[in-house]
Amino acid sequence: MIKGTAYKFGHNVDTDQIIPAKYLVTTDPKELAQHCMEIADADFPRKAKPGDILVAGRNFGCGSSREHAPISIKGMELGLVIAESFARIFFRNCINIGMPILECPEAAKDAESGDKLEVDLDKGIIKNVTKGKTYQAQSFPPFMQELIRAGGLMPFVKKRLAAQ
Amino acid sequence: MGQTAMQKILASHAGKKSVEPGEFILAKADLAMANDVTAPIAIKALEKHGITKLWNKERIAIVFSHFVPAKDIQSAAQAAFAREFAHKYDLPLFFDEGRGGVEHSLLPELGLVVPGEVVIGADSHSCTYGGLGLFSTGVGSTDLAAVMATGEIWLKVPETMRFNYRGTLDPWVTGKDLILYTIGQITFDGALYKNMEFTGPALKSLSMEARLTITNMVIEAGGKSGFIEADEVTEAYLKGRAKRPYTIVKSDPDAKFCASYDWDMTGMEPQVAQPNLPDKVTGVSKVSGAKVHSAFLGSCTNGRIEDLRIAASILKGRKVAKGIRFMVIPATQNIYRQALKEGLIDIFMEAEAIVSAATCGPCLGGHMGVLGPNEVCISSSNRNFPGRMGHRDSQVYLANPAVVTASAITGYVCHPEEVVGKKKVAA
Ligand code: SF4
Repeated sequence: MIKGTAYKFGHNVDTDQIIPAKYLVTTDPKELAQHCMEIADADFPRKAKPGDILVAGRNFGCGSSREHAPISIKGMELGLVIAESFARIFFRNCINIGMPILECPEAAKDAESGDKLEVDLDKGIIKNVTKGKTYQAQSFPPFMQELIRAGGLMPFVKKRLAAQ
Repeated sequence: MGQTAMQKILASHAGKKSVEPGEFILAKADLAMANDVTAPIAIKALEKHGITKLWNKERIAIVFSHFVPAKDIQSAAQAAFAREFAHKYDLPLFFDEGRGGVEHSLLPELGLVVPGEVVIGADSHSCTYGGLGLFSTGVGSTDLAAVMATGEIWLKVPETMRFNYRGTLDPWVTGKDLILYTIGQITFDGALYKNMEFTGPALKSLSMEARLTITNMVIEAGGKSGFIEADEVTEAYLKGRAKRPYTIVKSDPDAKFCASYDWDMTGMEPQVAQPNLPDKVTGVSKVSGAKVHSAFLGSCTNGRIEDLRIAASILKGRKVAKGIRFMVIPATQNIYRQALKEGLIDIFMEAEAIVSAATCGPCLGGHMGVLGPNEVCISSSNRNFPGRMGHRDSQVYLANPAVVTASAITGYVCHPEEVVGKKKVAA
């Protein structure tokens, strides 16, 4: 169970806003974490605590394919990202590196910054404690569940290579 | 039921007779590509998991483009890390600084991507190559590491949207205007997870370069891939270039498209995307007069020789407006050389534009003309999200090369006709 405070962002937050290009000179998660979301909210890297929950509107993570974006979020040790919808490459990157995400338009729309959320990742159940509402997120297709169970893409690849 | 070209290409690469949209497949890739920013994470993922054997070193391209020549000490160290890897594995398709350019301009130029293939790139604009009649898509570094190790990629077969462009294009209207118009119509996530197939007589009248500009920007509508069926224009482009044999794949007449658009482009004026979203699109006359501080001609969208020729034809005998900076960056080393030979570089410098070596440069706010607070730029590139080209309070208009160049001359967003008069001048 993940318990944390919601930080709410709008639609179309692109990867330039999640981690500006000037920081792409490093791949270190902790260093990237210090600048996570700073274009959208300059104080975010200092305000949000491990376990807190980033909530966004439609098309979260659109734009560049930089994996630095989910890595910076993972580097902050945020609990998960909930969005109305995710951009395709960002979605893949999160699954591949084991950064938890849930797509749930209703929960994302209702939540406001400061709301207390409790999330059961396995079941995809999101509880907004502040608002007293519970939501069911979309479940992952079986193939993705297999990837998630394997611990991300690279462990999955190693299994396939070993089998060959 | 007929199949879309994309279904056919993906089925053949997944070892299946047919595939349906929504189906998950493991597809064999023909080429994998990473740049100086995305390669290091992929290499680290391989190292972390003890993978030392690459799938096929002839099919792994590493192209230095983003922070080259190194903009600071960190980027120099990052490049050195990827360079060392490329040398260690003796990758024949390693394009170091001075030997290549921006990846999405370079790979088609060298004939390294050909019709019917599956190309996977660790850069979101890898969708560009689909203009040659193939499947290509952008992925993150871990996905790319998996392809480098196995030659395989997991994919969800996309649905296909079809766009039919009819009519006669105005002289100043190019591929850039067609794609900007399209994004404006379907909006930033209108093609999320989907393949966008472009066709129609107006599209067929465009050069290969202008077509690559169209597929370059499918990601700005959320698209997974773009596709333009190969025809005689494609084949003429590939002649003497293609490094591998290729197969031309077409959608069946009765293929199923999830959406179809049919537009008459006759009379459409050049299009401009206003700050801060690529789908805030309008005709240039609606924003004409908006003040700019700088202009940028370059990037994987519009940094090709054809773009430089149009710009030079407008700039010839004129000067960049006082107080305005005009960055001109040929997308590859070869384009730069060609522009030199044709005397274009001389025209740019005479006009007091700034010409730089092939790099992404200011497109992603990296270097070579980063925007300061509240500065406004008109750019031939593909993205104008907040902070994309510099400070979070800077602004970017996206337009075709002619509009960008004309705006550099006047100092405000304007139609090229305002500078050169009614008729299009020959380069
Ligand atoms: S030119 Fe711009 S959009 Fe193209 S690859 Fe470089 S940074 Fe990306």
